[in-house]
Amino acid sequence: MAEKEVVLMKGNEAVAHAAIRCGCDGYFGYPITPQSEVLETLALEKPWETTGMVVVQAESELASINMVYGGGAAGKRCMTSSSSPGVALMQEGIAYMAGAEIPGLIVNVQRGGPGLGSIQPSQSDYFQATRGGGNGDYNVIVLAPASVQEMADFVDLAFELSFKYRNPAMILSDGVIGQMMEKLVLPPFKPRRTEEQIQEECPWATMGRKKERRPNILTSLELDCGKMEQKNLHLQAKYEEIREKEVRFENVLCEDAEYLIVAFGSAARIGLKVIEMCRAEGIKVGLLRPVTLWPFPAGEIARLGRRVKGILSFEINAGQMVEDIRLATDGQVPVAHYGRMGGVVPAPDEVVRALKEKLIQS
Amino acid sequence: MTEEEIMRPENLVYKKPALLNDNPMHYCPGCSHGVVHKLVAEIIEEMGMEEKTVAISPVGCAVFAYNYIDVDWVEAAHGRAPAVATAIKRLWPDRLVFTYQGDGDLACIGTAESIHALNRGEHIAIIFINNAIYGMTGGQMAPTTLMGMKTSTCPYGRVADLHGYPLKFTEIAATLEGTCYVTRQSVHNVAAIRKAKKAIRKAFENSMAGKGASLVEIVSTCNAGWKLSPEKANQWMEEHMFKFYPLGDLKDTTAITEDSL
Repeated sequence: MAEKEVVLMKGNEAVAHAAIRCGCDGYFGYPITPQSEVLETLALEKPWETTGMVVVQAESELASINMVYGGGAAGKRCMTSSSSPGVALMQEGIAYMAGAEIPGLIVNVQRGGPGLGSIQPSQSDYFQATRGGGNGDYNVIVLAPASVQEMADFVDLAFELSFKYRNPAMILSDGVIGQMMEKLVLPPFKPRRTEEQIQEECPWATMGRKKERRPNILTSLELDCGKMEQKNLHLQAKYEEIREKEVRFENVLCEDAEYLIVAFGSAARIGLKVIEMCRAEGIKVGLLRPVTLWPFPAGEIARLGRRVKGILSFEINAGQMVEDIRLATDGQVPVAHYGRMGGVVPAPDEVVRALKEKLIQS
Repeated sequence: MTEEEIMRPENLVYKKPALLNDNPMHYCPGCSHGVVHKLVAEIIEEMGMEEKTVAISPVGCAVFAYNYIDVDWVEAAHGRAPAVATAIKRLWPDRLVFTYQGDGDLACIGTAESIHALNRGEHIAIIFINNAIYGMTGGQMAPTTLMGMKTSTCPYGRVADLHGYPLKFTEIAATLEGTCYVTRQSVHNVAAIRKAKKAIRKAFENSMAGKGASLVEIVSTCNAGWKLSPEKANQWMEEHMFKFYPLGDLKDTTAITEDSL
């Protein structure tokens, strides 16, 4: 067996290397802080000379996402990456992908908002990512990495899920995970799919009509509202299947916990320190880390909610995931939120203090 | 000669291209789209590219082009067709990839995507239907609406201080390094249709030869939007549209002409 390739790199760089290694066919992006290293790394690595992966610096995020739309429509594994304001601009294309059932990967390395906001880390695009973000009733599969390792590993996972369900997938990261350097094991090389493999796996793809089949037409348009409702029902059935099968989460010291912290991504990293500090003081706190933000681990949170005295939703935003926790626990347990905004990353002791003030002392 | 004799295969001088299916077109009688669709279908067949064509339809009247020409189609968001085409052509270089867009789609909401795909020299062909109006939404002012022309959003006529000026997108495209062939055609009579067909064929050949981006503008009628009969619409187009949008090649870096020899 080949030795593991252990390297030290930024989360953004890890995304680029993982893309080359997992058989990604095309990357289309536009520079924006704090994720520009993805495109920069790809430009340095020149994968078009090795794996044949296409890399294009587009004229805007609108163009980037529509290139992903086109590439995905043609059966290829395509991705883009951006940060919050750029991902806001992509929402039109993501809604079209969902409507036309075109797979593809969007990486959002979030920064503070709203508007142009700041360039420091934030998790304030949770609503945008998990509620659809564009127009219409749809969902995007959302993965939240909490390490540079997961930034790399989730690229292939996101592609797999995206093609399995013919639905856009998103890696919802933030400036902390994108910019920090960590040790990681690079994923093994996986070749890009051949034309025959794509023909077989993606019979719906628009890559030229073979004589025996009808033309493939990928569109989100249907003027007959009855047919459009049927299409929506089909999408909703698909989303229900994803909710049943694809929930992912991590449990840390939850089984004896009296209080639960729910946190994702970089907040979950801070959360690990928070539960350590609480336990040093004799307060039994556990951490539930949703890995998929959509589908949300509502069942697991409901289960834990019945066993703890209170839940703190710790997010680097004004309180967004807390709504999903309240929906999951349905008033059975006190649920509070703590977060900072605008690019400010909270320190663990702030969170310990918030937990005590909002749940233990009250 | 009896009808049977006339109908013999050896007497066949013209037929509908096989790629053009029997779905009734939603285009208004007199509209240029139907003719251009037929030309596109004929050319794909003549090039033998039926199995290797990926077409991108816009938002606008031609959104439903996929209902009529039996190749693979991707329907793009409004204005984004050149970005969609960019990715498909880069990822499947041996496919014929073209977009089919109207003036609102290409020269207004999608100006950035159009200019940048052309300027990157993507090996795609863009067919640009310019009828100076938003047809699908019921006749609003387009970026190419002529000065003084009345539409539902400039009901007293287009005036510069309220609406700005009509955009000569094709002239802009001709200045871009990435374009190899930029031309303006029409389909209002048989001679024009033949010329337009040659132009589209050339654009498609350029795409397959990797010569760069080609833009074929077709100055078109929208008799419903213009509120004219098909015949009057053609006359109006000749009198007014061709003055502002003169027909002919604006750029051709691929041709070996007598002048260049």
